[in-house]
Amino acid sequence: MDAFEYAAPQNLQDAVALLAEASGEARPLAGGTDLIAQMKENRRSPSLVVDVKKIPELNVLSYAAGLRIGAAVSCTQIAGFAPVRVHYPALAEACALIGSYQIQNRAALGGNFCNAAPSADAVPPAIAYGAMLVIAGPNGQREMPAEDFFVGPGQTVLEKGEVLVEIGLPPPPPHSGAAYLRFIPREEMDIAVAGVGAFVRLSPDAHTCEQARIVLAAVAPTPVRAKEAEAFLTGRALDETTLAQAGELASQAASPISDVRGSAAYRLELVKVLTRRTLGTALERARGEAA
Amino acid sequence: MAEYNVIGTSLAKVDAPERVTGKATYGADLDLPGMLWAKLVRSPHAHARIKQIDTSRAKALPGVKAVITAHDLPSLPKGATAPLVGEVSIDMSAIREIVMASDKARYHGQVVAAVAATDPFIAEEAAGLVDVDYEPLPVVEDVLQAMQPDAPLVHEDLHTLEEATQEKSDQPSNIATHMVYARGDVEAGFAAADAVVEKTYTTQMVHQGYLEPQACAARVEPNGRVTLWTSAQGHFTIRTQLVTLLGLPASQLKVVPMEIGGGFGGKALALFEPTAIVLAQKTSRPVKLVVSREEVLRATGPGAPAVITVKAGATQAGKITALTTTMRYDAGAFPGSPVARGLLVGLAPYKLDNMLAEGFDVLTNKPRVQAYRAPGGTPAAFAVEALMDALAAEIDVDPLAFRQKNAAEEGDTLPLGMPLNRIGLTQMLKQIETHPCWTSPLEGPQRGRGLALGYWIGGSFTSSAEVKINPDATASIFVGTVDLTGTRTTISQMVADELQLDPQDITITVGDTDSAPFADLSGGSRITYTMSAAAHQASQDVLTQLKERAAEKLKVSIAEVEYQAKRFWAKNDTRNEVSLAELARESVAWGSGPIIGKGSTTRMQPAHAYAAHVADVEVDPDTGKVTILRYTCFQDVGKAINPTQVEGQIQGGAVQGIGWALNEEYIFDNGELKNASLLDYRCPVALDLPMIETVLTEVPASEGPYGLRGVGEVPIVPPGAALANAIYRATGARLYELPMNPERIFWATRGNGANGSHETNGSGGA
Repeated sequence: MDAFEYAAPQNLQDAVALLAEASGEARPLAGGTDLIAQMKENRRSPSLVVDVKKIPELNVLSYAAGLRIGAAVSCTQIAGFAPVRVHYPALAEACALIGSYQIQNRAALGGNFCNAAPSADAVPPAIAYGAMLVIAGPNGQREMPAEDFFVGPGQTVLEKGEVLVEIGLPPPPPHSGAAYLRFIPREEMDIAVAGVGAFVRLSPDAHTCEQARIVLAAVAPTPVRAKEAEAFLTGRALDETTLAQAGELASQAASPISDVRGSAAYRLELVKVLTRRTLGTALERARGEAA
Repeated sequence: MAEYNVIGTSLAKVDAPERVTGKATYGADLDLPGMLWAKLVRSPHAHARIKQIDTSRAKALPGVKAVITAHDLPSLPKGATAPLVGEVSIDMSAIREIVMASDKARYHGQVVAAVAATDPFIAEEAAGLVDVDYEPLPVVEDVLQAMQPDAPLVHEDLHTLEEATQEKSDQPSNIATHMVYARGDVEAGFAAADAVVEKTYTTQMVHQGYLEPQACAARVEPNGRVTLWTSAQGHFTIRTQLVTLLGLPASQLKVVPMEIGGGFGGKALALFEPTAIVLAQKTSRPVKLVVSREEVLRATGPGAPAVITVKAGATQAGKITALTTTMRYDAGAFPGSPVARGLLVGLAPYKLDNMLAEGFDVLTNKPRVQAYRAPGGTPAAFAVEALMDALAAEIDVDPLAFRQKNAAEEGDTLPLGMPLNRIGLTQMLKQIETHPCWTSPLEGPQRGRGLALGYWIGGSFTSSAEVKINPDATASIFVGTVDLTGTRTTISQMVADELQLDPQDITITVGDTDSAPFADLSGGSRITYTMSAAAHQASQDVLTQLKERAAEKLKVSIAEVEYQAKRFWAKNDTRNEVSLAELARESVAWGSGPIIGKGSTTRMQPAHAYAAHVADVEVDPDTGKVTILRYTCFQDVGKAINPTQVEGQIQGGAVQGIGWALNEEYIFDNGELKNASLLDYRCPVALDLPMIETVLTEVPASEGPYGLRGVGEVPIVPPGAALANAIYRATGARLYELPMNPERIFWATRGNGANGSHETNGSGGA
């Protein structure tokens, strides 16, 4: 690990200024569960680390007209926040399966986004719920849909000096439900071989799918929407057959690689299974059959 | 049999308070005044000639105090050896190359240089400034490819040793040793069989998974002697190796054992200590060397992989008529795989009248393997026990009944020639017959039950103990054996019972090489077994000395002195007595002298350990993932000195075997390890495992005061086949390669096994 400067600004303006004016690479630090490991292994060598945990805007956690999550809020706080458990169970599930309890106590949702790992577990459910991101920078604030945030493995749209401030989720519409499942060979402490987040909104009679979002993890350079599968489901009655067909279509949106965690061919098979199972749980939730 | 008060009870570990409060001192905790930090420079090539090493840039970095290469180690004649344990010796010229490569790097991560600096960050930076000019060479990674005549040679001057004739091959080869054990007439045996099954099984390199990375520190004392602190699992063994490696007389070395965070066989060799000592000598300052987790996984020496072919025939009645096996074990870059142990472990559970067992010790451009809990046993038992399951299914005999019909007994001859003394295999198999883990129905789709056996010979070698009586009528035990498994506790229990003291009146210390009585390394399931004899002897020595003094006081002969509950009295007059307290007090007074008992043992018979595991699994048909529903371990332990610790050993071994069976493997790309982290080297975590049930059989071993058998190694042996056999019954697919991870099972159940070996025959279902 190389030597680096450390700053812990108390407000957003200072953080933006520090990041914008840094001469070398500057990285924000929230939980540090990715960044510190990368620095120790010399995979990243920032000359400046800006601790953002003391900035009020990044510590917001509230539910009124939708959910607001500051980028530095930990997974444990999110998974334990009652409105998240009630209204956004897929996000609670994802936050409760990253790493271990100890990791979840430190790891922040904003970090899960900014680290931009294709396998990030909390990202697919957030996108499935229709998350919007608030970004602050030298030229003020901007907002964007969460799914447009990612450029490639470890790469986001953030420009020099920009900080992810907040993740916002709209209030869940009636007759909707979502779920997230990932596949790992173990039961915890592992990285998704493949993951699928799904959201469905049903007609008032709970018979027809009016809207679907399916987001795939660890099977492409970024989290990706399976839009063909979503379109296929829209307007259809959901049953085992249509869910399985959606799984087949979803796998076509995946472009996985083979690595030590699994082959590309196996990952495509997993996408089919996980899409079917995730949609099944989302459907039960939309119908009020499951928590 | 004698009655015991402390032996057979689950006394809490005597070292538990300091362990759980973080007070135990491990090698990495050492902080010596003026200490420097060492960092190793490692080869980025799996096979490369070292043309030149330029240390000038590293030496110029402020804070760097020394940079060394292999030239700075004392030279060693090729083939120089040092004893390891018993008749087993180690090729120290190979160890020297592992410590620091001289001419070639033969595996990725092999050490080529080392630096010492004033802090660990400078040391790391300096390591990156050592310029090594490599000429990359072709890499041979696969054991079968390595055996081909045209394979790249790991050692250009290595010739195959034919074990039987002790002759060497004309041509150089990657096969270091070829061995054959035969008996009976296998051709006639196969001709007499009603069914013959032959299969080839493959396992991958795995890591021992000890929590504590290797750590050591060295200091040259003002009188020139060297003090070495080490995380090794045998400090006398380390001293012996250093004597040869560094040319230091044993008297010039004091080796201090630190509290150890797991070893499992992987901390037996002096791979880091020579570097720390040479750097300390060069700088005249203490030097500490602690390796990282990544280095541990890459290059400290994992457990050996193997490719094993087994062929066996049986009559319709279920009697094995013949067995042949070829076991090819991958030693990594230097000879010394546990192939002979593999042959022994795989075949030891069976009566085999007609047998041909062939072994190859093969070299590849991978890290040199080290011992790992029952070294060589797990791959062998995976192959043999899976094959036996297939053979039993072929003739439609229940897998347990098949084992019972062929089980080895006392008096049978082991495959490598030794006759079996008293064993409890038959009694143990009988216990399975009526146990609910075997008799309860296993309902539901995708579920199956598997059985497999295991064996471990049980180590002997030298152990010693001293027992002293303190002035307050308590006892102190002094040993030279590193405590890996709770042996301080079990030895204390034995001495407590022998001296009829409360366990809280006993203390036990593991001493350094200057102070403790000699002992071989801790390993091979040998410490509790051999220490039972040494501690018993030392205790008896103490009692004899005490009785001599009591006799003098009571004015009777020694034979007339009785002892019980801290009192000595004359047999014919119970009022004529003297307390232990009084004798203890007097032992430190003028004119009496201390009471010191000594015990030592060096050549006990093996206490053979047999185990059987029964696994129930459920396989997710969509993903191939295995869930273990129930797991039961049967084991003949001889006598459980501390049942909770025995259970813990069995559970720990089973868990390591389960990890090896289901997910753990080294994944290489052209000799480079691709998963050198505990994230991607997938040891099981607590949530992956059910409660591991244990059922103890107690058939006393032939030797030793309490009949105990070493228990630590055998439980890692059966899990591979127990799970493979269960997965077969759950899915109808036989797997021939470990680990049986979800992806392998996924493809195997779709008729798409890695080597096309999917079987559709569904006989023998549970």
